Amino acid sequence: MSASPSGTGGAVRARVPVRRGLSRPRGGSRTSNRAPRPYRGSSSTPWLYLAPALVVLGGLLVYPVYQLGLISFLEYTQAQVSGGEPTTFQGFGNYAELFGDGEFWRVLLATVVFAAACVVSTLAVGCALAVLLTRVRAVPRLALMLAGLGAWATPAVTGSTVWLLLFDPDFGPVNRMLGLGDHSWTYGRYSAFLLVLLEVVWCSFPFVMVTVYAGIRAVPAEVLEAAALDGASQWRIWRSVLAPMLRPILVVVTIQSVIWDFKVFTQIYVMTNGGGIAGQNLVLNVYAYQKAFASSQYSLGSAIGVVMLLILLAVTLVYLRLLRRQGEEL
Amino acid sequence: MKLAPRLAVLLAAAVVAATACAPQTSDNSSSGKDEKSGTLRVWLFQEVNNKPKEKVVDAVLADFEKAHDDTKVTVEYIPVETRAQRIKAAFNDPESAPDVIEYGNTDTAGYVKDGGLADISGEFAAWDEAKDADPTARQSVTVDGKVYGAPYFVGVRALYYRTDVFDELGLEPPESLAELASTAKKVHAAKPGLYGIAVGGAYTYGAMPFIWANGGELATGKGGSYAAAIDSAAARKGIEAYTSLFGDDNCPAAKCAGMGGNDTVTAFASGKAAMAIGGDFSHQAVEAGEVKGKYAVVPLPGVESGSIAPAFAGGNNIGVLKSTSHRTLAVDLMKRLASKKAQGELFDAMGFLPTFADVRQQVAAKEPFVKPFVDTLAAGTKFVPASPAWATIDSSQVLPTMFQEVVSGKKNVAAAAGDAARKMDDAFGSAG
Repeated sequence: MSASPSGTGGAVRARVPVRRGLSRPRGGSRTSNRAPRPYRGSSSTPWLYLAPALVVLGGLLVYPVYQLGLISFLEYTQAQVSGGEPTTFQGFGNYAELFGDGEFWRVLLATVVFAAACVVSTLAVGCALAVLLTRVRAVPRLALMLAGLGAWATPAVTGSTVWLLLFDPDFGPVNRMLGLGDHSWTYGRYSAFLLVLLEVVWCSFPFVMVTVYAGIRAVPAEVLEAAALDGASQWRIWRSVLAPMLRPILVVVTIQSVIWDFKVFTQIYVMTNGGGIAGQNLVLNVYAYQKAFASSQYSLGSAIGVVMLLILLAVTLVYLRLLRRQGEEL
Repeated sequence: MKLAPRLAVLLAAAVVAATACAPQTSDNSSSGKDEKSGTLRVWLFQEVNNKPKEKVVDAVLADFEKAHDDTKVTVEYIPVETRAQRIKAAFNDPESAPDVIEYGNTDTAGYVKDGGLADISGEFAAWDEAKDADPTARQSVTVDGKVYGAPYFVGVRALYYRTDVFDELGLEPPESLAELASTAKKVHAAKPGLYGIAVGGAYTYGAMPFIWANGGELATGKGGSYAAAIDSAAARKGIEAYTSLFGDDNCPAAKCAGMGGNDTVTAFASGKAAMAIGGDFSHQAVEAGEVKGKYAVVPLPGVESGSIAPAFAGGNNIGVLKSTSHRTLAVDLMKRLASKKAQGELFDAMGFLPTFADVRQQVAAKEPFVKPFVDTLAAGTKFVPASPAWATIDSSQVLPTMFQEVVSGKKNVAAAAGDAARKMDDAFGSAG
């Protein structure tokens, strides 16, 4: 790439990812933020370099999504897969069936609320512990890190089973400690969701904690010191200094958490035995599994998958948009 | 950089390229070949204690290989939990599919619709032993009047009860369903640590006899067209009778609503219940539990005093896959595996009840334990609708959901049964 020191860029207004944070110069020439003039050689050269990545992406991402979309427009059950009946095109039939089903809307609502609660709890716990990590001595820090990494490394099935055992009505230590007798945690809808939420937070806060902790360590000490000298409280330092500086990291962990928690499967499947009493704890992913694989209605399951994909894509895009706009006002 | 248009072009190109690849559909038509030698592959279910079954099967295979020159048989025992995936995979990929499989008898109609099983009506009719197969077993291999396999064994449930508890409290085994409920409550009142009768909200096959005993049906109809009958007045009475057993006076809903069949048998075997509805196949599990020697079995009573509630005739069948390239050999192997002799030996080895009425009488004489189960079978059993929709109804938990909704107080019997009937009719409708 040829550098163009004072290029105005002409009509080309390419968006360049600006590293937000301290190093962004205030005032001065705005042109210094413009992109270097794009390479104007053979226009196919960049694609040549991108080709390997695109092929991999196409194979691993685009093609499955395409198949998902295609199947969602067909009548495709076990009978069609194994050749017992011909595959037929249904148009939006599967979607109509899905949207006409009251259970779908109930499950969708439960999923959104549950995922939101999980994201908020995970971020709160993860960020709080990340700040704590920077405030304690080496030994407790190591202990906390190891505990966090242990929870992170535990496979979801194992974690869920252990949590279930801890809260078991007959043999669980939690009930014995709290003196709850044989109270069943998985019987009530909300208590079952709460139990799963605890497990989800437990196994996903370490990622937030470690990432945010790394981010905090990269913040220059003098900034924090200056804030402390100005008499800012711990909460004020987080809100006015750390959080804005960590914004890119927080964006990533939030989006990650949204995607993970919206797609939660194992915890619900294992802890509520496939969706709870009378399906009261179903979330979209488990619902899609029940439709697609348990009852072999692959096309209906695909339709649910497409709906989930669109929702997550929309959430992510809106969120990125929002952040970018806020960033420009800084 | 005009990235967006280029990306669009690229995406379009990718879509065009991929359009060639529609979702996979296997060509599962019958191979048309009927080779008279070679290797046959058999899939049987892996039981908890599989060694005795292997011995019986090995003897059958040895005879079979002796009878046919240049023929070999390989057997694979597949885990019961993952059988659905394995068998679906076999239907999807005829190349690596077995020739003969064991399958659960409630799956018959679904597998037939999937195009997996071969129609062997002719061979079955010509098979001299088949005339002794009992009617329910015959029904379990029949779809739309065509036969798709041979019954392998039958499983039926009856009432297990604790003789020591009953003696201590001066109780008699119940003679009717009403008495069952009152006895259960008496036991729980006297011994709060015990469930009077362990019941489960997800224990569909334990609940069905209550519906049938009250004159209800799951669905009515024949062949392809079924209509749900679960919301009829009689069926609702049965649902009422079953769900009334959940509660603090017998089996608390908080614990029992989520239980399935195995959970109730486990509760009984570990001494936590005075009664449970268990199968002849549960015998080993109960014998291995704490209650060994302290229990007895009677047929589950019906509504009238002294009657027997119609039980669900579960069990497994042996079928031939449509894609086999050794049809004649495969059918012969099926007949040998499910023959009277092999079924008698299987009973001796595993305790599985034979599907031939005469063989069953013989083994009952040898082994008094099976008497209540044979009596239950003799009193008449029922089967789930022989419709491919049943697999969907079963796997989408329509009935467990209905019982759980009632048990947990979310809906009353009429509303829950109405919803279940609507879901069943949807399934029957889309299965055609």
